[in-house]
Amino acid sequence: MSDVIERARGALLAPAGLGEAELDRLMGRLLDHRIDYADLYFQHSRHEAWSLEEGRVKSGSHNIEQGVGVRAVSGEKTGFAYSDEIDLPALLDAAGAARAIARHGGGTRAAARRPVAGRELYAPIDPIGSLDDAAKVRLLEEVEAEARRQDPRVKQVMASLAAVHEVILVVRSDGVLAADIRPLVRLNVTVIVEGAGGRREQGSHGGGGRYAYAYFLQGDTAKGYAREAVRQALVNLEAVPAPAGSLQVVLGPGWPGILLHEAIGHGLEGDFNRKGTSAFAGRIGERVASPECTVVDDGTLQDRRGSLNVDDEGTPSQCTVLIENGVLKGYMQDTLNARLMKVAPTGNGRRESYAHLPMPRMTNTYMLADRHDPQEIIGSVSNGLYAVNFGGGQVDITSGKFVFSASEAYLIEGGRITRPVKGATLIGNGPDVLTRVTHVGNDMQLDSGVGTCGKDGQSVPVGVGQPTMLIDGLTVGGTQS
Amino acid sequence: MASVTETDTRGAFNVDELREGVASALAEARRLGASGAEASLSLSRGMVVTVRLGEVETIEHTRDRGLGVTVYFGQHTGSASSSDLRATAIRETVRAAASIAKYTAADDCAGLADPDTLATDIPDLDLHHPWALGSEAAIELAQRCEAAARDTDARIRNSDGASVSSHEGVEVYGNTHGFLGTVAATRHGLSCAVIAQNESGMQRDYWYSAARRAGDLEAAEQVGRSAAQRSLRRLDARKLATRRAPVVYEAPVAASLLSHFVGAVRGSSLYRQASFLLDRLDQPVFAPQVRIDERPHLKRALGSAPFDNEGVATRDRDLVRDGILQGYVLDSYSARKLKLRTTGNAGGVHNLSIAPGERDLAGLLAQMHTGLLVTELIGFGVNTVTGDYSRGAAGFWVENGEIQYPVEEITVAGNLKDMFRQLVAVGSDVDLRGNIRTGSILIDGMTIAGS
Repeated sequence: MSDVIERARGALLAPAGLGEAELDRLMGRLLDHRIDYADLYFQHSRHEAWSLEEGRVKSGSHNIEQGVGVRAVSGEKTGFAYSDEIDLPALLDAAGAARAIARHGGGTRAAARRPVAGRELYAPIDPIGSLDDAAKVRLLEEVEAEARRQDPRVKQVMASLAAVHEVILVVRSDGVLAADIRPLVRLNVTVIVEGAGGRREQGSHGGGGRYAYAYFLQGDTAKGYAREAVRQALVNLEAVPAPAGSLQVVLGPGWPGILLHEAIGHGLEGDFNRKGTSAFAGRIGERVASPECTVVDDGTLQDRRGSLNVDDEGTPSQCTVLIENGVLKGYMQDTLNARLMKVAPTGNGRRESYAHLPMPRMTNTYMLADRHDPQEIIGSVSNGLYAVNFGGGQVDITSGKFVFSASEAYLIEGGRITRPVKGATLIGNGPDVLTRVTHVGNDMQLDSGVGTCGKDGQSVPVGVGQPTMLIDGLTVGGTQS
Repeated sequence: MASVTETDTRGAFNVDELREGVASALAEARRLGASGAEASLSLSRGMVVTVRLGEVETIEHTRDRGLGVTVYFGQHTGSASSSDLRATAIRETVRAAASIAKYTAADDCAGLADPDTLATDIPDLDLHHPWALGSEAAIELAQRCEAAARDTDARIRNSDGASVSSHEGVEVYGNTHGFLGTVAATRHGLSCAVIAQNESGMQRDYWYSAARRAGDLEAAEQVGRSAAQRSLRRLDARKLATRRAPVVYEAPVAASLLSHFVGAVRGSSLYRQASFLLDRLDQPVFAPQVRIDERPHLKRALGSAPFDNEGVATRDRDLVRDGILQGYVLDSYSARKLKLRTTGNAGGVHNLSIAPGERDLAGLLAQMHTGLLVTELIGFGVNTVTGDYSRGAAGFWVENGEIQYPVEEITVAGNLKDMFRQLVAVGSDVDLRGNIRTGSILIDGMTIAGS
């Protein structure tokens, strides 16, 4: 709580000699023009990555990124400058540049500083040091051995282990002082298998979250990723060309929730709706999905990759109901767009780093479980597609068209799962695809902790999830017409 | 050097400091016992101004610095990077890389580029043209751009804004073979995105111009008008019934086809045997009239580089001639894995170009006669191991060589092995705004999925 703020001040401000007086001086400089709101975002991040191929950990890297973003907002206008030197002269310079967004004279006064407690969703630890380097190498080697053990057709195994330790501190003109210490780990395995006639296919799996590395050593977690990657690759060796055209599509639980992220998630970000450029603009209170659908964006899940104790503007995370029983309830907001839309911020103000401006971003976006049995859902389809794993997706929030690309899918024929088909891209229209969800399963799952969302050139870690669901009509981009 | 913003008090970049930084990183690596090392130090600064509905929306002052180090202890490698360029931070970064090298396994292909491949002559490619652009002037330019877009037609009802950007940077790379090279470059841009609307709904599109020299940018009003026209032509789009048909990829999206080609002939895909073009050297991979080459030394071009990320000399060369694959895209590591020589492509290709044909886009549509014109692609459904291709698309249905109506919510699918062989023609409408330079491309025999 306040302990996190003290630790963040110790890591970010103290080494630069930035005490209360210096923060006051910076704020004063920013607010000297007609500025409504200003903030300082201090960040120190360390990243490491290790990667294995051909049976050996051949490369590793370590990266440090640190600096301060200085933002001044006047109405809808933002002035922004940043410095990778955390020292007073550099910051005063940046403040001078940022405040030039507004005219000289007038302006607000800084409010008294008050610490704001964030949630306690993950341990404030440094995961990089949570395992010694020799053990990291051994972990990757064990994952590789497990993959090769599954089947002699496994020809290539590539595995990578990554961790981030991030400390952030936000100082705002309205007095809010907030901080967060964010661990993040991830383990990924990709395998290439070779089958009859020299046909080669690949499979991938991985996971992680806001833990120490010990997460992967629990039980069978790491080896489970290897087995799953091999399983997927072997399924793909048998895959026949996918059908082309509009079909009934059953989506499996978990990572297929990327459907929600693309179909409605981005379209419900506050900046697009404030500007009126989203296909969902002005539609609060309207039906945008079938009554079985309730979708939330929830930054408060324990230990999850997409979770945050506070967002990057110092607003505590929350669970925001986006769609309730099919009706559009709310958007995801950062402070700027919340203020312009005259609603409360929702803890969705995120930025890739101090060198980027915050904007509304998702955290963990998922659909709640309903009552159907997943086997019955599949059994109800006479001719369709069952898709259980995906690569990535993308959306045009103005036209509403979105895509996501299957990496493991099967034909459903007469209510039974029959042959695997090659990965095809599915395309739909966000504002109406969820109105064609006819069955929602009782098996809600979140993804395993591998999601990264890109918007406007900025990447942030996210989570997705959903139960098994049936969509009555989605275009499948196969080659068999 | 002219400064990029009026509030920047730091003046010109100090290139000597950067060179000293690289030298001290290499010296520290030697001191720690490394048998070899390479370091790259970069500094860039700039400004991005966005205007929306006629008013300033954001003014961003950018300033990025970075140090990247790779050390070799015999056949063991470690890498580290930092945004902190102080002397102590440089030493710590080298130490972090050295520490990693204690744990990585021996790799007989690891190491600096062979000395005889390094560039000895570093040509000046005329990449550095600072733009003395204050924020007021940038705002005015962006306003003119957006105003031209909004004035094009009453159906332009909303805007995502117009943006003016200007960046200037210096990068120094050095290694313990004695190579030390410096490249100073600038990049300026002008872009606009607007929304057209009618009873059928909203459509958004954009246009941009990018150049090393501000004088080479397209006129602001023209960028705005193009953005508006591209949005307007998407209105009243419909789905298509599923079918097979030829496809013309409009020049800006045709570049993606060549990116997939590069991905398949890149060294890392080949030595992992994760490519649909494995072992195809000297064999036909494209249709017989196709020629693809790389031109790293084009003056002021956006992909130009006098040497690659390892200091290796770059040179003009053919990748595909008469449809036959002439070479791969390799760095030193992947070249050693494949028992070949580096092609000077550590970090990527440089001004990859496909030979244009005689016909412009209208001529290509006439040649296609009936089929799909794709103007936008979304999604990532490309499998480099197998060549399987399936992506979301928007564009126009064409009959008798004429556009009939806009289409959306469709996919185009096939396999890149077949698509390259069925590449019927390249248009003369070459898009020069990036690292891949191509005209529109006509491909036969794709599957279009819709309703």
